[in-house]
Amino acid sequence: MNVEVTPLPGIGVRKDFGLANGRRVGVVTHRDGKIDLIVSKSEDPDACLASLPLTAEEAGALANLLGAPQLVAQLTEEHRELPGINTRQLPVKTGSPFDGRTLGDAAIRTRTGVSVVAVMRAGQVNPSPTPDFTFTAGDLLVAVGTPKGLEATAKILQHG
Amino acid sequence: MDHTALELIELGAVFFGLGVLGRLAGKIGMSPIPLYLIGGLFFGQGGVVPLGDIGSFTQLASEIGVVLLLLLLGLEYSAAELFTGLKRSWMAGLVDIVLNAAPGAIVALLLGWGPIGALVLAGVTYISSSGIIAKVLGDLGRLGNRETPVVLSVLVFEDLAMAMYLPILTAVLGGVSFFGGLEAVGISLAVITVVLVVALRFGRFVSAIVDSEDREVFLLKVFGSALLVAGLASAMQVSAAVGAFLLGIAISGSTAENATRMLEPLRDLFAAVFFVVFGLNTNPASIPPVLVWAVVLAVVTTMTKVATGWWAARRADIGRLGRARAGAALVARGEFSIVIAGLAVSAGAVDGRLAALATAYVLLMAILGPVAARVVEPVAGAVQRRLARPEPSASPAPAPETPGTDPTNTP
Repeated sequence: MNVEVTPLPGIGVRKDFGLANGRRVGVVTHRDGKIDLIVSKSEDPDACLASLPLTAEEAGALANLLGAPQLVAQLTEEHRELPGINTRQLPVKTGSPFDGRTLGDAAIRTRTGVSVVAVMRAGQVNPSPTPDFTFTAGDLLVAVGTPKGLEATAKILQHG
Repeated sequence: MDHTALELIELGAVFFGLGVLGRLAGKIGMSPIPLYLIGGLFFGQGGVVPLGDIGSFTQLASEIGVVLLLLLLGLEYSAAELFTGLKRSWMAGLVDIVLNAAPGAIVALLLGWGPIGALVLAGVTYISSSGIIAKVLGDLGRLGNRETPVVLSVLVFEDLAMAMYLPILTAVLGGVSFFGGLEAVGISLAVITVVLVVALRFGRFVSAIVDSEDREVFLLKVFGSALLVAGLASAMQVSAAVGAFLLGIAISGSTAENATRMLEPLRDLFAAVFFVVFGLNTNPASIPPVLVWAVVLAVVTTMTKVATGWWAARRADIGRLGRARAGAALVARGEFSIVIAGLAVSAGAVDGRLAALATAYVLLMAILGPVAARVVEPVAGAVQRRLARPEPSASPAPAPETPGTDPTNTP
């Protein structure tokens, strides 16, 4: 994907790219860290249909929504030829006993045989987390294993 | 009532009045600058309620207002940004100068104000208001538009042109002889070059000197250094405003961001005083005789700015609607036109009617600019639809689409 980076003197930076249908989508990052989501108009590709101010948290949540299916789809694709192996996203919910504890503490692989291949947090993908990776509520684990093992992992994350 | 009490009451009334005017401006979505000018006209000599006692304070405060206006302008840019902006936009910048300075210069000559008057009025009609334009672009959600970098780089060029123009202007206004003037211009250009190079290479040291963890210490250091540099520049015949602008450029990175955040309210306060003082010093009775010329200039320079923006945006391969938007966005004139006129009037080297003309002109343009930026889309859209039929599209401008289909823009 060819992301175009355009400096906006006195304001910040615009980062956007063209879509297959000719429209543009991207963000304007202000100097003070504010982020606008921009979507170009269909009838006038120079102009913006929307210029939506997002807080850092909102931007992270949006990135998660947009990025997660792609990652999961990719993993599912890779594991398709292995019968009995599934990929699932498992959330660390608020109130989970592992909020604030590490991946090692959860001992997921030992207990269920499931591998945690990535953790998505605030729109960022943290691939191959090590046992000392500390969870916080809101994290999304990308886990690979048998359906049974994944079920057990979801329970562990919720109840310990 | 003792003198101090009277001064406090008058000053309080002025500031409170400005606050009310600013709120009014915000409600109808326009720049407060014209209202501040009108406020000044109202209370000034020949106005409805002349205020005499707060002259000494407001005079100094308005000087500080100019220093802060230019300091914050400089803080917006790093030297590197200025240079890349300059490289990208110098052609559009030159078109901008020629098209927009000429009407002012011609009118000044027609009115018999001589070459100095022409130089001043050329500056007044040339310089767009980056403050008004940045705000309007943000308000209208156009920061992500493709033509916006074009508009901004024209503004960057103008700001740099100001750094060259103001010292030349102050030298000329100083009434020095031709060679003396040349010398002053030479010195100021040399100083500017040195400062820009220093800012580019050693900007972080300048930042380090003024930087501080403590808010109070930081505020005092930034404000103090701005006044110091402005004063020294003024003593060296480079205008105080330019000194502050260059200091702003030299301060960069997070220091600049902090300084901007901290000084913004101060700038708004003192700049408001500056506009009021400019209005105070203009006799409202002097405006009607120059009103026709102000309207003529407003009409002509609106068209020339639109042409400038259109031309610059076309070079960046932007569609017709975008070109029209770029042009209309540049129309607003404001704070720096008044700064230029203010310098000229306080030096006493130009015709008294110039202040009246500049006031009337900026009143018109500060109102017209945001309005033009707003109405350009429907107007240009309507024009485009009317012209759409007979015109084979020679440019990459998109033809009007039927709703529901996306244009497949050629990659």
